[in-house]
Amino acid sequence: MKNKTTSVLRLLAAVASLAILGAVTSTLHAEDAPAAPAPTPVAFADAPLKAQTAYLQAALTNGDPTATNIAPVAIAGHTAWLMVSAALVLLMTLPGLALFYGGLVRSKNVLSILAMCLGITGLVTIIWWAVGYSLVFGTNFASPFIGGTEFFFLKGIDSAPNTSYAYWIPQNVFCIFQLTFAIITPALIFGATAERLKFTALMAFVGLWMFVVYFPLAHMVWGATGFMNGVWNADAKIPAIDFAGGTVVHMSSGWSALILCLILGKRIGHGKEPMPPHSLVLTMIGTGLLWVGWYGFNAGSALAADSVAANAFLTTTIATAIAAFVWPLLEFILKGKPSVLGMCSGAVAGLVVITPACGFVNTTGAVIIGVLAGVIPYFAVTVVKNIFKYDDALDTFGIHGVGGTIGALLTGVLANPAVNSNLVSDAYAAKNGLKAAIESHTLIIAQAKAAGITIALAVIGTLVITFIVKLVIGLRPSVEAEHQGLDITDHGEEGYNH
Amino acid sequence: MKKIEAIIKPFKLEEVKDALSELGIEGMTVTEVKGFGRQKGHTEIYRGSEYTVDFLPKIKLEIVVADGAVEGAVGAIVKTAKTGKIGDGKVFILPVESAIRIRTDETGDKAV
Repeated sequence: MKNKTTSVLRLLAAVASLAILGAVTSTLHAEDAPAAPAPTPVAFADAPLKAQTAYLQAALTNGDPTATNIAPVAIAGHTAWLMVSAALVLLMTLPGLALFYGGLVRSKNVLSILAMCLGITGLVTIIWWAVGYSLVFGTNFASPFIGGTEFFFLKGIDSAPNTSYAYWIPQNVFCIFQLTFAIITPALIFGATAERLKFTALMAFVGLWMFVVYFPLAHMVWGATGFMNGVWNADAKIPAIDFAGGTVVHMSSGWSALILCLILGKRIGHGKEPMPPHSLVLTMIGTGLLWVGWYGFNAGSALAADSVAANAFLTTTIATAIAAFVWPLLEFILKGKPSVLGMCSGAVAGLVVITPACGFVNTTGAVIIGVLAGVIPYFAVTVVKNIFKYDDALDTFGIHGVGGTIGALLTGVLANPAVNSNLVSDAYAAKNGLKAAIESHTLIIAQAKAAGITIALAVIGTLVITFIVKLVIGLRPSVEAEHQGLDITDHGEEGYNH
Repeated sequence: MKKIEAIIKPFKLEEVKDALSELGIEGMTVTEVKGFGRQKGHTEIYRGSEYTVDFLPKIKLEIVVADGAVEGAVGAIVKTAKTGKIGDGKVFILPVESAIRIRTDETGDKAV
């Protein structure tokens, strides 16, 4: 068993080294395209009527107003939707994920999950304010791998749009919206390590992981100069697409979770004594909140209240509902009883797999994704986990790692330019090869490369961080503390006082 | 005086209580307990993890009655708690040396 784990790790390390080598080589060839001289923008009132009309048309449909030479401002409808979306994505963590995971642990550890979600929200917000936003969405390093310093301490972030990302919403709303993604991503990891990771070690891990894994990855996928931002970076070396975070959020957290739980080891008594969820009622409430919050996550990722957002809303619903039906159907066929946990797991798996695809696929694509999301993660958590016997306590890897990976690949197969014309835009997609990949049906190659880089970064980053944290703080509580439960030993309180 | 301890299915408690009340038995002590006999437990499945739950919820009912009332009380319990399926429970009858009503200091049959 140990040898098997070691060889898997070795293989992953080899893949990672290749990916990094590739990444470094391609930067050597990166050349900055000369910036087109921008004419001085005129005020709306001073523009000719024709330009005004075109500008308003662009504002209403989330179009590009550059040709009108009028500077874009925040528009009520788009801004309102993004503010709601940011709140919805925060709702996914507080209390959606907190209840989803919290119900799945034993009652002596329920507060450790709630503390994890709240603690990460605080810590990541501080880092985001200080440097995080800038390292993801800044550009003054002109690097495909990391952002810049221009927005440190949110300098200059106000209600004016940052047109590198969205013409019609204020940058401060964009910043908060992206912050809520940065909060939930690390929180997902600690489902795998539930009931046996010290709170101090957890917080230290998050502090390092954001810098080593999340910020570079988010910049590569979503940054204006990002390495694999196929839709919005004309110079992207890998023209991959990820609408709402299949790679950045789910693959990164899922693969990191696998490595962290392998190093951490199993819970005491794992496989010998029963460790049933202490409240599937909480888990169901959490699932509902995650599902509703995910509309902000997926439809909000259009960064406007436009036709792409509407499509994402629909595809998210279809894929999720189907996966929530297929998973318990498999249980019914194979085990005899459809379980509530199976329905909840299917819903979350559906949400995960549709995430990178929701703004790029049509409803047929969503149905295919929904079925596969109900089937593949089901076998990952019921069969694969039992074969390799790792203790992914709440199935972060099985659902987010596996689901995120198949989502990234399926997006390459099912993306449809009729749904989202950005896939074949002249400004970006035609220049970086995305349009060609879509037209020749070879996008899955770019998607596989992006997935490989994501896995490599998550695996290597987590290996390094985990050993540092283990050395400096130690990962696990004492045997006695683990028996007593982390609520009392780490937080000095109990979830339920009858 | 005898103590009757009956382990019964929880959903039968109301029926048993009513039948005993009809016989004029005025008090009882009831505890929620867990256990198993020939019925054994059941299996719970949470994603890939299967657990056998050996201990099933039961009700333990305790009454102490005068010797003359034992037959009637046991008969009532057995009749009302019976479903005919495995897991209906058991009744135990134990001798009791003495009983005292705390409020009045009464002892023996008068105290039960």
